[in-house]
Amino acid sequence: MPAVSKGDGMRGLAVFISDIRNCKSKEAEIKRINKELANIRSKFKGDKALDGYSKKKYVCKLLFIFLLGHDIDFGHMEAVNLLSSNKYTEKQIGYLFISVLVNSNSELIRLINNAIKNDLSSRNPTFMCLALHCIANVGSREMAEAFAGEIPRILVAGDTMDSVKQSAALCLLRLYRTSPDLVLMGEWTSRVVHLLNDQHMGVVTAAISLITCLSQKNPEEFKTCVSLAVSRLSRIVSSASTDLQDYTYYFVPAPWLSCKLLRLLQCYPPPEDGAVKGRLVECLETILNKAQEPPKSKKVQHSNAKNAILFEAIALIIHYDSEPNLLVRACNQLGQFLQHRETNLRYLALESMCTLASSEFSHEAVKTHIETVINALKTERDVSVRQRAADLLYAMCDRSNAKQIVAEMLSYLETADYSIREEMVLKVAILAEKYAVDYSWYVDTILNLIRIAGDYVSEEVWYRVIQIVINRDDVQGYAAKTVFEALQAPACHENMVKVGGYILGEFGNLIAGDPRSSPLVQFNLLHSKFHLCSVPTRALLLSAYIKFINLFPETKPTIQEVLRCDSQIRNSDVELQQRAVEYLKLSSIASTDVLATVLEEMPPFPERESSILAKLKKKKGPGAVSGNELEEGKREGGELNGAGERPGDSSAIGASNASTPSPSADLLGLRSAAPVSAAPPSAGSLLVDVFSEAGPAAPAAGANDDGFLSSAPPSVVSEDPAPPLPESDELLNKFVCKNNGVLFENQLLQIGVKSEYRQNLGRMYLFYGNKTSVQFVNFTTTVSCPGELQSQLNVQLKPVDPLVEGGAQVQQVINIECLTVFSDAPLLNIKFRYGGALQNLTLKLPVAINKFFQPTEMSSHDFFQRWKQLSQPQQEAQKIFKANHAMDTEVLKAKLLGLGTALLEKVDPNPDNFVCAGVIQTKAQQVGCLLRLEPNAQAQPGEQMYRLTLRSSKDTVAKRLCELLAEQF
Amino acid sequence: MKNGVCSRQGKLRLQKWYTATAERDKKKMVRELMQVVLARKPKMCSFLEWRDLKIVYKRYASLYFCCAVEEQDNELITLEVIHRFVELLDKYFGSVCELDIIFNFEKAYFILDEFLMGGEIQDTSKKGVLKAIEQADLLQEEDESPRSVLEEMGLA
Repeated sequence: MPAVSKGDGMRGLAVFISDIRNCKSKEAEIKRINKELANIRSKFKGDKALDGYSKKKYVCKLLFIFLLGHDIDFGHMEAVNLLSSNKYTEKQIGYLFISVLVNSNSELIRLINNAIKNDLSSRNPTFMCLALHCIANVGSREMAEAFAGEIPRILVAGDTMDSVKQSAALCLLRLYRTSPDLVLMGEWTSRVVHLLNDQHMGVVTAAISLITCLSQKNPEEFKTCVSLAVSRLSRIVSSASTDLQDYTYYFVPAPWLSCKLLRLLQCYPPPEDGAVKGRLVECLETILNKAQEPPKSKKVQHSNAKNAILFEAIALIIHYDSEPNLLVRACNQLGQFLQHRETNLRYLALESMCTLASSEFSHEAVKTHIETVINALKTERDVSVRQRAADLLYAMCDRSNAKQIVAEMLSYLETADYSIREEMVLKVAILAEKYAVDYSWYVDTILNLIRIAGDYVSEEVWYRVIQIVINRDDVQGYAAKTVFEALQAPACHENMVKVGGYILGEFGNLIAGDPRSSPLVQFNLLHSKFHLCSVPTRALLLSAYIKFINLFPETKPTIQEVLRCDSQIRNSDVELQQRAVEYLKLSSIASTDVLATVLEEMPPFPERESSILAKLKKKKGPGAVSGNELEEGKREGGELNGAGERPGDSSAIGASNASTPSPSADLLGLRSAAPVSAAPPSAGSLLVDVFSEAGPAAPAAGANDDGFLSSAPPSVVSEDPAPPLPESDELLNKFVCKNNGVLFENQLLQIGVKSEYRQNLGRMYLFYGNKTSVQFVNFTTTVSCPGELQSQLNVQLKPVDPLVEGGAQVQQVINIECLTVFSDAPLLNIKFRYGGALQNLTLKLPVAINKFFQPTEMSSHDFFQRWKQLSQPQQEAQKIFKANHAMDTEVLKAKLLGLGTALLEKVDPNPDNFVCAGVIQTKAQQVGCLLRLEPNAQAQPGEQMYRLTLRSSKDTVAKRLCELLAEQF
Repeated sequence: MKNGVCSRQGKLRLQKWYTATAERDKKKMVRELMQVVLARKPKMCSFLEWRDLKIVYKRYASLYFCCAVEEQDNELITLEVIHRFVELLDKYFGSVCELDIIFNFEKAYFILDEFLMGGEIQDTSKKGVLKAIEQADLLQEEDESPRSVLEEMGLA
């Protein structure tokens, strides 16, 4: 093999390289290298001083060996010696070795720095450049410490050669990136900015990279660069294709510099100066116009350079997002590229359009290309292009085209590359949820998703469909019917079994009327899948079975038999065994009533951000899902979820005991906790130990995420209890008609409440959940009854563990005794240290006078007789107020029951009105109360009003109740 | 940004890193990246997402030239960075081929250094870049040089 060698070729090196190339095996190569290393070592150690050429040759060989992937632990000193050579090539090899094999030996570094210093001050431009290259290549902090002060001076000095300026600019950039604290521009700032005006295009090209980086970090100091950049850009854009000589690249004037200028401008908002802005818009228009001109060359380099500028200009237009005309033009241009024969352009057009889709000005224009994009998804041969098409479809999706896009994505999914399936599944799930108008479509879509790509359907996705079915009663029947049909397939995915098991367990009764899906048929269908499933799915199915026993008593013997068989009750898996045993026992000993209570339908899930969206975001990395999208997701998710205040929130009992699989767990983002909701006092104590931090009412707590931290910044925290949070009244209002839920939540802490009342006594359980992974220390809580409350309420706090481990939850019991009627709520102060900083927070304890109500049933005659007895002005409180929520009779009833009074049917002659009666139990006295709520449901939504009247034997009570209740409807 | 040149057989001929990276990670990344790029078929697009970077690559005869750039970098202009580098090699070696880069690896590094510094373009003018190299050594004519890669691409 003839050695090809140029310049001052080193024969010995060429021979060595040839030898290595001729080695037949890895062993032979290692042998040859070891031989060479031994040779070089002996030369370096030998008595005879080596001349510069030999030193250069051996250092070069070492470099070659290193680049082959072998370790080199000597030769540094010889390389450093080469640095002081006067021969350029020797110096060059020395620097190359030093920058490739960086060594941390401090003595060596001192010698290297010395050599660099000499070269920098040599005034020989080629030597200066070599030294600057070395600094940039090594780019270490030590280098920055030694030279960061010197380089700016070289950069702006009047007598510095252009080539040195170029190297100095980029060298400084490299040092700034590694050690920004050591590079102080200060006095040089304006002179550096003015390099944009330099006559030498090479200097401008190099300097602009530095200026862009500095502008990103210190936009204010460098903002004068905007007008300079605009005028430079304008000069380039308007120049003829040959004006710039060597800086014209395939008939495109200065493409690199143009791109850099456009990128620099993206560090800033649109120019405020009208003239500058006008000039810039002109530039952008010219660039868009040029894209329509016939090409000046057929070479791909010409079109690449031209389009590089075009894409950068479009990026700037999107960044400004303020010129509708330019945005639409950009979109049309990209539309043309979508069908270009160059794959690269199609790829970039799809990518760029994705960002255009999120601009309100161009969203509609992007949508017009839907057919082309769908076609790209179907026909592109390169998976990375198909991926971009899928991204764009996702970005351009809205209510108007959701059905089409979801259908296309689903059909693509059947043949999609494995690498992108999971992401596609998440996207389909999100779009289906976000834009669902009718929920049967949503259910169909998700079930299709499981059918087509079951393996890629993550837990979040099937949790979500269950969550939505549970929250929407209009879709439950359809969902039950559809899963029943889907389960008929001989081979169905395990995820389908999970969804099917869960939904039939909850809502199987809705389709049980049809003999084809009678309870036993449903059960047999589910059970036919049982043996094929994994342990977690079997566990879920067992829970579905026990729910069947409640829904369909006729299935009880069959199911008990299944539970009783050895494979269940003696299952080697502890969880399955426990469930089988417990469910069997529960079904045999519990009365129908208890069973119905324990196994009641799941309460609605709290409204929250879709966890699927969060998952996609995580998958794509930060920034992939725009804030906008998240916002929207939240909003739309809420609409769909529609949880909020629903009937049952206050009275429904959580579905079952802790061993019921909880699809909500992860969705709620609160670790493992079933959404056990309120429990009526009778069953309450049973549930205390299983009540955990998850619960309804998370949304309101989310609103004050930051409140806690900002109200108590560590530096100014005092040890005195903080004043109550501004929102604590609002938080209190949430608990007027219910006893359980999340009282408060921020980034650190979640407080759940569960309470029960009997007569004038109450017991409240507070659950403090540490949401962080760090322990809370000195965790203390106190309750105070300000003012006269002290004599009205007796509150006793049981001690709480002062240490709350990360992720753990502690419980605190509070006993409350109502001595006499009261108005204010006691204050709960919580203090703890988190990472050394004291957190101090005060909330209102959700205790209001209505908690001590005893319902009183009475006839119409009795009611109106008492009503009349309480006719003194001070005994009555009345409020007329606008409806805050829809006038749903069921919701209203649930709330009034939650209030604690008896809801009296057929008492008021007007069936639209509600009347209630109850007696407030205090230690000192009993206070009878009557309530009448009159809605004018006929009014237009938005103008609906209520008239609320309360009469009570004690005047303050009527007033207080009226205040509390007026916030509830 | 990171540059690499590798052969079709997956031999790395030239590499340059512009961010501090541990030797072990470098080797791992090179291996992984080479696998991805060599698996690409002709006519596929020249860009791909890899980890949190964008890979821009182009094949010239037996060599693949790759750059790893950041999310916001311009793909097309990066493609032309590669082409300009190939042109510089071609101009310096006079019809460059893989062997030139193997036997004169140090020259290839010098040219790359003159063209790019810290991952940014120092000068886009061919004259500007080659001046520094050429003043240092005199070109010696070689008769036995295999076909140029640019010739093969029909670009010479």
